[in-house]
Amino acid sequence: MSDPFNVRYVAQLARLDLSDAEIEKFQSQLGQVLAHVEQLGRVDVSKVEPTAHANAVANVFRKDESRPGFTQDAALSNAPRSANGLIVVPKVIE
Amino acid sequence: MSLTSLSISALQEKLRAREASPVEALDALESRIAAVDPSIHGYLSRDYAAARALAEKADVNLPLGGVPIAIKDVINVIGEPCTCASKILLGYKSTYDATVISRLRAAGAIPFGRCNMDEFAMGSSTENSAFGRSCNPWDLARVPGGSSGGSAAVVAADEAYASLGSDTGGSIRQPAALCGIVGLKPTYGRVSRYGLVAFASSLDQIGPFTKTVRDAGLLLNAIAGRDPQDSTSLDVPTEDATALLGRDLKGVKLGMPKEYFISGIDPQVDASIRAAIAKYESLGAEIVEVSLPHTEHAVSVYYVIATAEASANLARFDGVRYGHRAATDNLLEMYGRSRAEGFGPEVKRRIILGTYVLSSGYYDAYYLRAQKVRTLIRDDFTKAFEKVDAIICPTTPEPAFLAGDRTDDPLKMYLADIFTIACNLAGTCGLSLPCGFANESGKQLPIGLQLIGQPWKEARLLQIAHAYEQATDWHKARPAL
Repeated sequence: MSDPFNVRYVAQLARLDLSDAEIEKFQSQLGQVLAHVEQLGRVDVSKVEPTAHANAVANVFRKDESRPGFTQDAALSNAPRSANGLIVVPKVIE
Repeated sequence: MSLTSLSISALQEKLRAREASPVEALDALESRIAAVDPSIHGYLSRDYAAARALAEKADVNLPLGGVPIAIKDVINVIGEPCTCASKILLGYKSTYDATVISRLRAAGAIPFGRCNMDEFAMGSSTENSAFGRSCNPWDLARVPGGSSGGSAAVVAADEAYASLGSDTGGSIRQPAALCGIVGLKPTYGRVSRYGLVAFASSLDQIGPFTKTVRDAGLLLNAIAGRDPQDSTSLDVPTEDATALLGRDLKGVKLGMPKEYFISGIDPQVDASIRAAIAKYESLGAEIVEVSLPHTEHAVSVYYVIATAEASANLARFDGVRYGHRAATDNLLEMYGRSRAEGFGPEVKRRIILGTYVLSSGYYDAYYLRAQKVRTLIRDDFTKAFEKVDAIICPTTPEPAFLAGDRTDDPLKMYLADIFTIACNLAGTCGLSLPCGFANESGKQLPIGLQLIGQPWKEARLLQIAHAYEQATDWHKARPAL
């Protein structure tokens, strides 16, 4: 884990526009947190299965039936911009 | 004595004897809130009109009939704000009830008031709220804990009869400890999270803050059970969580994990916990030393897994469907700037950390490795529970700390959760209850005793907690406000 941790690059992956001041601050603060986390490297996990969550349940299915859901009005009621029953966003394709 | 100082059970007695009405119970809250909330700042919003309409037709014979319950501002209640204490959700209005809210309503309770919290439940002090910190009712200069600090403070300050919070790494138990009340995190899968704004989905549970252990059982009874809307909620037969209250502790074994009794614990906390353990022995419980050998890794595992899951869960806040949208004509810029303008510093920090540990080349070294160490932590508990009914330890290493003390040191803040995190990683149930006071510069600060129970054994956990509560007076103490 010797590669540099680069906040500027990670922020792009996260679609989060950080200021230069934030980048500098997080670089040092999270560097300390990561240094603490490095201790996990000492644990022998060679024969251990990962735990994704506490209860070993998988493939919880329900019947493929229609159920009541949100009305269009309710679903759009918190949209920053909407028109004609649709959410309006900036143009994607030139 | 004002109605608002009553527990749920005591209030219900009055309501059922017609000595008070649900509207009076609500009015009493309104005046208490007006008197003390300007100093506590436990509430972000309150909707008296909606609550009064429900109080007027409340059926007091229902399990929680006519009892107002305050709700952490991360759980959706139809028609109410749900800001998660974030600017990004300012103006948002819920279009549906979370399952816990529908269940509270079915039990006759009245969801009332939105409690302050750390933004998106990320924090241990409620200082990360975008709308100002909440204050500890025992010393206003100190934090109430977090992330459900508002939910804890309003109950401790008698400006709520009880409340709901959420616990991802201690966010119910830690503030309950620092505010001197009862806080219960149910077993993972016991309570539906449908309608809870997700932080770390493999860890989050909703649970109650109450003035007594019995009340915690009453609230758990109302909200527990399988819900098709949350596929992680399990179809485990729902027991009556209050069924074992009042039974004695003969034959009950409590485990003292040696890794939790370490140097660095505040001496007053250490003394109170040891006195509580002695009390348990005098009540007939057998105390056994147990070992949870991977304890030292819990905080690291948690901050990898929780931030990874949070970075994915918070991807939905992109300015498209709800929440703040930055003014720009460029779509990519809209995502990046809406998030930058809407999220506060701690949320940004965790998104960065979580994105990093999931990113190509680092997934195996951080995320996958953390999930494997999580298995070891879980196995520690499974082994301990072969020997004991519950684990007994401090909820926090120290009483409430001063506001501003840790805001610039994330690692130090994260270590405040050192005793509560493993319970979430293991997925089991745990609670905190008052067990004494520390004296800090003339102020009495509550100390919390943590009991961690076997998975799905909340009734047993509450029985063990109740026996101690009934044998002591700590839960009767109230802050001078």
